[in-house]
Amino acid sequence: MLHTFAVYVDNKPGVLNRVASLFRRRAFNIESLTVGHTEQPGISRMTVVCDTDEYGARRLEANLYKLVPVKRVENITARPTISRDLALIKVSAAGDARAQVMQLVDVYRARVVDVSPDSLVIETTGTEDKIDSLLEVLRPYGLIEMVRTGRVSMVRGSAAAGPSRQVETTAAAASNENLGNYSV
Amino acid sequence: MPLTGCQALWEALVREGVHVVFGYPGGAILPAYDAMLGYPIRHVLVRHEQGATHMADGYARATGKVGVAVATSGPGATNMVTGIATAMMDSSPIVCITGQVGSKLIGSDAFQETDITGITLPITKHNYLVTRAEDVAPAVREAFAVASSGRPGPVLVDITKDAQQATCEVDWATTEAHLTETRDDALPGDGTVADAIALINAAERPLILAGHGVMLSGAEREIAELAERGNIPIAVTLLGIGGVPASHRLNLGMMGMHGEAWVNTAIQEADLLIALGMRFDDRVTGNLRTYALNARKIHVDIDRAELNKNVRVDVAIAKDLRTAVREWLPQVGAPDRKAWHARIAELKGDSAVRDIQNLPDNGHLYAAHVINDLWRLTDGNAVVVTDVGQHQMWEAQYYKHETSRSLITSGGLGTMGFALPAAIGAKIARPDAEVWVVVGDGGFQMTMPELATAVQEGLDINIAIINNGYLGMVRQWQEFFYERRYAATPISGPDFAKLAEAFGIWGRAVERRQDVEDAVLTARRQKGVALIDFRVEQEDSVYPMVPAGADLHKMIRRPSPSPIVETAAD
Repeated sequence: MLHTFAVYVDNKPGVLNRVASLFRRRAFNIESLTVGHTEQPGISRMTVVCDTDEYGARRLEANLYKLVPVKRVENITARPTISRDLALIKVSAAGDARAQVMQLVDVYRARVVDVSPDSLVIETTGTEDKIDSLLEVLRPYGLIEMVRTGRVSMVRGSAAAGPSRQVETTAAAASNENLGNYSV
Repeated sequence: MPLTGCQALWEALVREGVHVVFGYPGGAILPAYDAMLGYPIRHVLVRHEQGATHMADGYARATGKVGVAVATSGPGATNMVTGIATAMMDSSPIVCITGQVGSKLIGSDAFQETDITGITLPITKHNYLVTRAEDVAPAVREAFAVASSGRPGPVLVDITKDAQQATCEVDWATTEAHLTETRDDALPGDGTVADAIALINAAERPLILAGHGVMLSGAEREIAELAERGNIPIAVTLLGIGGVPASHRLNLGMMGMHGEAWVNTAIQEADLLIALGMRFDDRVTGNLRTYALNARKIHVDIDRAELNKNVRVDVAIAKDLRTAVREWLPQVGAPDRKAWHARIAELKGDSAVRDIQNLPDNGHLYAAHVINDLWRLTDGNAVVVTDVGQHQMWEAQYYKHETSRSLITSGGLGTMGFALPAAIGAKIARPDAEVWVVVGDGGFQMTMPELATAVQEGLDINIAIINNGYLGMVRQWQEFFYERRYAATPISGPDFAKLAEAFGIWGRAVERRQDVEDAVLTARRQKGVALIDFRVEQEDSVYPMVPAGADLHKMIRRPSPSPIVETAAD
């Protein structure tokens, strides 16, 4: 099944490569990976989606923790989350087709962001399902080009995926002084 | 006081307690070599950078301290790759320092430029590309912390030439490494002390599987106490040898592909496996589908990623082994488990009293005899460093190691050429120990230039070449599984005794069993390096053997009648 991980990493050169290399090295297939800044300076957040079983997901989490720049890993698969994917879709739309495409864009609450005589560029945000579905209905008109960002996810409610750094540090120090993995 | 980047490097190393480094100079590391002269560092000049990494590894394994290897950029760095991968697989803490071209030249394919941090990314615990002088000391200090904490392993620090040359202020108080704490509850399903104790106390046929982690965590005493308290027999992995004395009444011996037959059978018959600091490598499990089907399993490893990796376990504990076992000890019950011990004794037959020395000399020299004599003549007290192949397995079977860290061998990666350089590192780490290299004629020829290193350093190490004129383990596989088609396994070599002479050391060839003792005793008396070329039976094989991927209890046994009995019950 698909597992979604929120991975907090140091924002340093080469960190994306380390994470991606870990998936390759351990023969896991990345379905989707996004990375961007977080509210904490110097910390980036990756959302990684990977197709694996329960044991694979745990090992992946354990292996991610072994990377020095990885600060925090949360498997948010089973938690209530908001997930979004953004797509830009260039579709043929000349003559009669144009009005039909515009209607579909309305139905899907997408937006037209560029217009040329025989094509439109559509921007849409939503779950992967919604975007897949929009793509299906647009396909007959002729998809010229499409790009997607991949999934970003956030846990619902006021809880963060991971507690703040201070909380974590105290908890970790209190819970075990002979902790495994990197513990300095 | 301002320091140059390379002064900061040596200062940081000295502060980490480093006295000796193994290395080879070159263009991009020249500033560091120049600065080294101002610090109390012994530099061991190797003959190939692979040797430097194995030496650092041998140093680390002999003592538990971090070993340090130094090389230049490009080929110097890439030559380290095999040694780094070896240290990674066997959880050996080493720090490799490499020079890199100037930061302005990175990415330009400059002379001797290579992306060594990219190359070593999957075979290091972590690596650093340092491009500013002020980052040198923090990187080095963090490198030591990473290498030696948790599950140990190799770390590489690549320092550009301009970072070595530039000056900076170092505030040593703030260069302490700060690594992230891993949350203890990060992974659900981790077992508790109570879970483990319940299984242990309920088990009728428990077996401890002791691995390298016993030594890495310093849990030798705790493991023995656990076994003694609960009357639980112990099986050891190749790298676990020495963690429990061979003579301990509960130590059954080595498990796995070339493990003792009764040990493998006991694993298959056990109702509880207590896996401590081992990782269920395919060489110890055989076919996973038929592995220990009767047994519940407890697995303790400091590395969470090892838990439930190869074998699904009932209780998984990610913790320092010593801490974990100490938590158990007060609650471990003391049933006598007589039936289980009787069953193991039955499996063992009367092989416990076998002594291959008592077998008649049929005029052939067998590796097992050589190893057994070596064990007897060194009172089992030597630090033996082995290479990879048949001799390695014979050493594991016939040299009875009584003390921790007395067998140093490349297990996970199976690196031929490891023995001689690793022994140099071990001897430098433990100058008072008697160090023996046990090596095949194939592996010895891979790194034999390091003889010159040993001679230049004036080291007193002894080398036993188990010379059968074949790449013996591969030949054995060809014999068993490829209809004796010996593709590329016959190997010639120099006259090793004459080679010894050329290096200015003592050497002797031995072809008869009655000459083994005198050769070993004479070698021990030599002040410097001594080399014995044991010309053993050419087509002997290691028994028993679990073919790769086969069921653990289905071993190929030594055909009888045989010049060497594997067990007296055969």
